Amino acid sequence: MPTRAERTGSPVVAAAITPSHQRPARAASRPASSLRRLWSGIWRLWFFAVVLVAWWVLSADSTSTFFPPLRNIVGRLYDLWIAGDARTNAWSSLQHFAIGYALAGLFGVGVGALLWKFARVGRAVSPVLYFVYVIPTAALLPAIMAIMGIGASMQITIIVLAAVWPTMLNTLDGMRGIDPIKLDTARVMHMSALRTVRTVVLPGAMPQIMAGLRHSLQIGVIMMVVSELVASESGIGFFILEAQQRFAITDMWTGIIILALIGSVLTFLFVAVERVVLAWYIGARAVEKKG
Amino acid sequence: MSPLANQEVSPASTTAAAATAPVLSVRNVEKAYNVGRPDEKLAIADVSFDVAKGEFVCVVGPSGAGKTTILRCLSGLLPPTSGEVRFEDARLQDVPDRLSVVFQDYSRSLFPWLTVNKNVAVPLKVAGVGKQEREDRIRTVLHAVGLGDVGTSYPWQLSGGMQQRVAIARALAHQPDMLLMDEPFASVDAQTRFDLEDLILEVRRQLDITVVLVTHDIDEAVYLSDRVVVLSGAPSRIAEIVDVPLGRPRNQLTTRSSETFGRLRSHLMQLVTTA
Repeated sequence: MPTRAERTGSPVVAAAITPSHQRPARAASRPASSLRRLWSGIWRLWFFAVVLVAWWVLSADSTSTFFPPLRNIVGRLYDLWIAGDARTNAWSSLQHFAIGYALAGLFGVGVGALLWKFARVGRAVSPVLYFVYVIPTAALLPAIMAIMGIGASMQITIIVLAAVWPTMLNTLDGMRGIDPIKLDTARVMHMSALRTVRTVVLPGAMPQIMAGLRHSLQIGVIMMVVSELVASESGIGFFILEAQQRFAITDMWTGIIILALIGSVLTFLFVAVERVVLAWYIGARAVEKKG
Repeated sequence: MSPLANQEVSPASTTAAAATAPVLSVRNVEKAYNVGRPDEKLAIADVSFDVAKGEFVCVVGPSGAGKTTILRCLSGLLPPTSGEVRFEDARLQDVPDRLSVVFQDYSRSLFPWLTVNKNVAVPLKVAGVGKQEREDRIRTVLHAVGLGDVGTSYPWQLSGGMQQRVAIARALAHQPDMLLMDEPFASVDAQTRFDLEDLILEVRRQLDITVVLVTHDIDEAVYLSDRVVVLSGAPSRIAEIVDVPLGRPRNQLTTRSSETFGRLRSHLMQLVTTA
């Protein structure tokens, strides 16, 4: 592997030789990069704006039952979700999601870490895990409904069962991938097992854990809706299905839009958290690329 | 056999050091991998040597001679198949408290998720050193390795040579009696390598610690050591233990161009290539 010194070229090496000029190789200066970020943000959204405008204009005179004018959908969206009380459905969905996702994340990281720590047990358990993992959780719905009945706990169970896997398997994979030299370093420093996990293993596996959590987030949202479509008397999924059944197609679209908005906000929040948690990783990768 | 006159600044420390009890004692160490399996492989056949307090010993050998294996046995990271390693009069079970290791590849041993300060703080936190003293020691030790104002940077923001300095600082932070180094300068360019060699000599002089350094670079071994342990090819045995009667402090230019240096160098070269 070429060293960073070799890759970054002479200026940095020179800095190492002359102590008075020691300067870390930092990223580009701030004002320029924030301007560029603003521009790239605008650039990324323009097409989205075009699609929205096109939708608005093209659907304005629509008489189709299934594709009502966007203006009507937005109006209903305001009436139902902002002025009206449909938002209780959103709260109910989000509550289930929050509990289910949190449990899936905790179980995923916890069990993944245990499978890593007790590798022998892990090897015996892994085939079973992968076998269960490939069962589409939607297929388990009838079984879970039969066992748990209908209600919040069943919906949360579905979310946990589906969303736990990406986090668990990514945690296991990330921890297995920790450089053995880092573990040697921990041993040389006499770290306790707990401190080794906290200081070395967990941060080292964090890029992969975050990737797993992100995937779990998407699956969690999907299962939140699926569980409400199949067996529920509240929630956004229930709202959409119920609207469709009484031919309130415009209302149905508002539910779908609310879902899209919730999904976007959750993803946005996740990325924001990831930028903080993985700041070191993103920075190191940028240095590597530049080198 | 007399080194150049201008190097005789201080008498060679070997004679004084040899009188005291060895700080590290390697007795008939043998190491085999995959014992009892068809792919059993003997890496180290029989290696014995002593390291006196304050001594600087380099271990060299042809590539594939099990140099890293030896170092891992010396550090307690790897139990020998037979024989024993004693450190400060106790048989090595795990990595001893008063011993530190610097690995070859700083990018693998430093924690990229921690800043330089926090990297150096880790062994101090493990040892339960209080916050105030921790900060003092971090400052002292970073200063000792010639790093000034980089504490809040991340390792990957620094050049290779600076990163290895951080790794050395971290190894020195809890004030070990002995430093084991596994090809510590192999991943940096030639000029940085010279700087780091002089740095480690200076650090050793100031802190009065014992250093065992594994390298494949014969010039480096001669330049740094009081004695050079030459390993044979795998499975390794001791080919010869060579005294280095060069004065200290050493100088990259004059020491390396001295007649003694050249003679030792060709002697070692011969040992390593024919071993």
